[in-house]
Amino acid sequence: MIEFRIDRRSGVSTYLQLVHQVRHALRLGMLAPGDRLPTAREVVAATAINPNTVLKAYRELEREGLVEPRPGLGTFVKRSLAQPELASDGPLRAAIDSWVGDALAAGLEREDVEALVTSVLDERY
Amino acid sequence: MSTHALEARALGKKYRRAWGLRDCTFQLPTGRVSALVGPNGAGKSTLMALAAGLLRPTEGEVTVFGNTPDGRGSPDGLAFLGQDKPLYPTFTVAEMLRAGRELNTGWDQEYAEGLIAEARVPLNAKIGSLSGGQRTRVALALALGRRPRLLMLDEPLADLDPLAREDVMRTLMAEVAETGMTVLLSSHVLAELEEVCDHLVLIVDGSVAISGDVDELLAGHRLLIGAKPAGGMDFGPHTVVQARTTPRQATVLLRTTEPVDLPDWDSDQPNLEELVLSYLRANGERSAA
Repeated sequence: MIEFRIDRRSGVSTYLQLVHQVRHALRLGMLAPGDRLPTAREVVAATAINPNTVLKAYRELEREGLVEPRPGLGTFVKRSLAQPELASDGPLRAAIDSWVGDALAAGLEREDVEALVTSVLDERY
Repeated sequence: MSTHALEARALGKKYRRAWGLRDCTFQLPTGRVSALVGPNGAGKSTLMALAAGLLRPTEGEVTVFGNTPDGRGSPDGLAFLGQDKPLYPTFTVAEMLRAGRELNTGWDQEYAEGLIAEARVPLNAKIGSLSGGQRTRVALALALGRRPRLLMLDEPLADLDPLAREDVMRTLMAEVAETGMTVLLSSHVLAELEEVCDHLVLIVDGSVAISGDVDELLAGHRLLIGAKPAGGMDFGPHTVVQARTTPRQATVLLRTTEPVDLPDWDSDQPNLEELVLSYLRANGERSAA
C-alpha cells in the first residue's frame, strides 16, 4: 500500500502532492491495477491533513481514469502508467546514462545539466 | 434542516468600552474544516462564545444548525472547547469522563474511552498530573464524546509541543473522515492550520475580512511582482487588496474574478499565507492612516 509523504514547505498544494505521488508510484510500478489506495481515514490518521483534501485528490485521479471507487470497498487502481521504456535496464535510460557521462567529461555541473535538460524539455513538450 | 453549521448575520458584541466584534457576517457550510484566523484580540474568542451561547449578541444574529443559542447550555449538536479547558485538576481521567456522561445526553462512553486509550492516558491519573498535551487529549475526548456535529476549538494547539500537535490533529482529522462533522479551529498562527483547513474565516479588528472555500479564495486572487511603474499603478477592473513597493520593485495582491492580462507583471496564484498576510497588512495600513 502506498504511503503518502506531505512536504509542508514545498509550496505545492497538498492535494497535488497526493496526485503526484500516486502517479509516480504508478509510473514506477509500485502501484498496479487492482491495488487499493488507502482510505481517507487511513491517510489523515497518518499525515494529519484534511480528509476532504484526500477525497479531492482521489477525484482528480478518477477523472484521469487512473483509479476507480468501488462503493463500500475503497478506491482501486484501474490503469498503470508503467512503461517498459521506464525500466532501469531500458534502452532510453542507457542512452541518458551515456549522455550524462559525456556531460560529466565536458566538466558540466549538476545544475548545468538540469538547466540544459529542462530547456530541451520545455522546447519539446 | 440548515446546510450551514454556523451562520452569523451582522453579528456584533459590545463590551463595556468597545466593540469586541462588529458587523460580522459569514456562513460555515457543514462538513468543512474551517480556520478562524486573526491577530490576538481580533474577536475570535468572542465569536466562539457567542455561537456557544456563553455571550449574548449586542446586535445581529448567530445560528448553529439554524438554531439561535438561547444561553441555556450548548446549542444542539455543538461542542465547544475553550482556551481554558474545562477540566478539574483533582479529578481522575475516569471521573472526568463520568462527569461528561452525567452532564450530556447522547454521551458515547465507549467512544470517549477509546480516544483516551488511543492517547495512552491512564484512566486513573489525576488531571493535575497530566502534561499539556495529555490534558488537551482528555479535553478533546470529552468534547468528542458528546458526538457533536459541529466542534469549535479555541486555540487548541497553543502550548502543545510539535509531536502533541501532530497527534491531536491526526485524531481530529480521522474523526472528520469518519463522521463528517464540521470543525471550526481558531488560531493566530495560520501555519498551524494550513494543512488541515479547507475553509477560512479571517477576522481583523472585530469584523470579517474574507471568508470562504480556501481553493476558491486563492483562485480569486493574483499576486503580482514587477518593476515599480514610473507613474501610478493601474489594474483596470481588478481590486488592489494591498501593494508594497521598494524603490525598484512592487508586489501587489489583486482580488479578481477575471483572468489577469498584465504583461509587465509576473502573475501567480498566492498561497494561503501570502493571502492572509496581505489582508492583515492592508488593515494595518488603514488603521495607521
